[in-house]
Amino acid sequence: MFAGGFRHGVHPREEKELTSRLPIRRMPFPDEIVLPLRQHAGNPAKLCVRVGDHVERGDPVGLADGWVSVPIHASAAGTVTEIGLWPHPDGSMAPSVRIAVDRYAAQVLRPRMVPHWEGLSVDEVVRAVQDAGVVGLGGAAFPTHVKLAPPSDHAVHTLIINGAECEPYLTSDHRTMAEYPERVLFGIRVMMHAMQVGKCVVGVERNKPDAIAALVQALPPDLDISILPLTVKYPQGAEKMLIQAVTGVEVPSGKLPVTVGVVVQNVGSVAAIAEVFETGLPLIERIVTVSGHGLRRPANLIVPVGTKLRDLLTFCGGVTPDAAEVIIGGPMMGQAQANLDAPVLKGTTGVVVLEKHETRLEKVYPCIHCGRCLEACPVFLNPSLLGDFARVARYDDMVDLHLADCMLCGSCAYVCPSNIPLAQLFQASKVALRRAKAGAA
Amino acid sequence: MSAPLAPKLIVTASPHVRSQDSTPVIMWNVVGSLAPVIVAAAWFFGVSALLVVTAAALGALFTEHSIGRGGSLADGSAVITGLLLGLSLPPGLPLWMAFLGGAFGIGFGKLVWGGLGQNVFNPALVGRAFLQAAFPVAITTWPTVGGPFWALKGDLFAFPFTHPNPDAITSATPLGLLKFEGTGTNLAHLVMGNTGGSIGETAALVILAGGAFLAWKRYLNWRIPIGILLTVAVLSTVLHLLDAKRPDALFMLFSGGLMLGAVYMATDMVTSPVTNLGRWVFAAGIGVLVVVIRIWGGLPEGVMYAILFMNALVPFINRATQPRVFGTGRQGAA
Repeated sequence: MFAGGFRHGVHPREEKELTSRLPIRRMPFPDEIVLPLRQHAGNPAKLCVRVGDHVERGDPVGLADGWVSVPIHASAAGTVTEIGLWPHPDGSMAPSVRIAVDRYAAQVLRPRMVPHWEGLSVDEVVRAVQDAGVVGLGGAAFPTHVKLAPPSDHAVHTLIINGAECEPYLTSDHRTMAEYPERVLFGIRVMMHAMQVGKCVVGVERNKPDAIAALVQALPPDLDISILPLTVKYPQGAEKMLIQAVTGVEVPSGKLPVTVGVVVQNVGSVAAIAEVFETGLPLIERIVTVSGHGLRRPANLIVPVGTKLRDLLTFCGGVTPDAAEVIIGGPMMGQAQANLDAPVLKGTTGVVVLEKHETRLEKVYPCIHCGRCLEACPVFLNPSLLGDFARVARYDDMVDLHLADCMLCGSCAYVCPSNIPLAQLFQASKVALRRAKAGAA
Repeated sequence: MSAPLAPKLIVTASPHVRSQDSTPVIMWNVVGSLAPVIVAAAWFFGVSALLVVTAAALGALFTEHSIGRGGSLADGSAVITGLLLGLSLPPGLPLWMAFLGGAFGIGFGKLVWGGLGQNVFNPALVGRAFLQAAFPVAITTWPTVGGPFWALKGDLFAFPFTHPNPDAITSATPLGLLKFEGTGTNLAHLVMGNTGGSIGETAALVILAGGAFLAWKRYLNWRIPIGILLTVAVLSTVLHLLDAKRPDALFMLFSGGLMLGAVYMATDMVTSPVTNLGRWVFAAGIGVLVVVIRIWGGLPEGVMYAILFMNALVPFINRATQPRVFGTGRQGAA
């Protein structure tokens, strides 16, 4: 019904021209790598090294703890100097492994067998993806192998690849598609094989014509893969919005995409899977957009996971005198950082530096019930009323108003003329509800 | 390692960027769009109009400043209330009454509810309803349009709590003429605005232009004025066809306070529904009530009470018109 789009949504300034034409470059290894054991949704990895151990690049430092979990690998050769609490991008102090990088190491992977994908069973492909530590690279960091093995009571008919990249500033997926279309398509081939899916659609927002052209050019003749240009609108890359744009179907409230027969994977994750079966490289580095008007030299970089923000920003020429806010992720859903010792994680799509005047540090006015948030919300909630309830802790009423369907995209807070931090209120309400539930159980 | 990094970092919750429009920007744009209406009023009624509007605005600002939360003057909403109240009053109203109306409107129409965003009723109309109840004669004394600019109309400087001296030349409003004497008014006069009436309600075209500007900037929702005017037009056409003695649609649209009410009063975001469906319901309700009061009610004009009545229903309209949540209902049966 809404071909290539969805209803509502917002149009923040894209700011992608800062980096959209910059080729991906490789950042040199920093002097130190810090690897939190919790970098993905699900159980954190189980520590498997001790202080003083020497690790080669690609060796595991933590092992998967259960099905919804993945291992963490050393992103550089060096020596484990400390295992303890370290600033995490989510604002907490989290168990992490500090590695002093060996300056004279060749930083090559240990020689390993890379099995040919066609000879592997579905289980073996899933296992290989888990062992490589691959997670969703779009930000949520959900273990990719879990999505490769959907529950058997649902048939998956379409694999959707998310190349929307609707967050302002971010261009890492854009550059991946434009520069490595073959790798993306090879990853798709492996996934279609593993999931026994006959059809694949790659959704790309229309503001990346070079990426669309590169993918179309590289399309293999033997697979049913189509490239779908999408309306440029936030949050086009949200899973449910993307599914509606591609299939015209709304995923039922509270249900997983697999109930409508689709699985969505991020472009970066697909490229990571391709690398697993091309070279055996586990997920130890990723493409990060480092951008913002508060940064001197914006760039698209291949960054070793565990690189501290301080080192990353320094490599990009440092920040301007007016720089005020450092965000991991995009400015709509990303997390502002209080400590630049926090490291780049597997799920870090970008690092954005805003100048003082670009931040939201302004007065908050009362809600004037203008209704703009209702016209922005992509899942048709009433953020105005939800916000009123959140402030007086009427969480049960919020449940009735479908708080659970809120995906914290921030569209409501973006348009709010009164600058009310609606997304923050909703996140806090979700946490309060979860605590209450845990307390009752 | 000493990198050239900011010493102090701002940490706020996402989203970290926002659109340009802010509540004060919206409010001050509404104020700005009222300027032509005030100029037109001064053209028709002379300096008296400016004095009454100023008195009402000062009353509103006085109360907001005295009991409002710190800094709430700057958001511009009290100015709007004062100006709209002033524009809805007769040009010869004693100034102390206008001041009192503004003060009452802000105090009891807004601040006792908890300030900006919390009130159920339009504060300007609360002020006007108060004046209507307290000074029924003064608020229905309509000085004639025209005359020298500096000529004072009515008894503007009547001392508070004395009876104003109604020695000025007065004339009935078009709606009053129709209701009480059964005579019509030339449509051209109605459209141009040189008829008797409240200060700001006669210049229909200027009000429409202001509304169009605000709708284009998305500072008011076009559904409400369009819905009201359409309802009034359709309903009065039907009634006119049934009984030709009843006024036709054009007379209904361009007489009295309908334009000012539909464009500026009913569209107050705080006291109108948040859903688009609700806005249509709200607008249709006002339109019906305006026609009913004008045709069958005891008063010649009904815009004020129509809007206040529908204001009271807004919470219920909002509840009844909640949007369908994504993935529920129509397609969410799975």
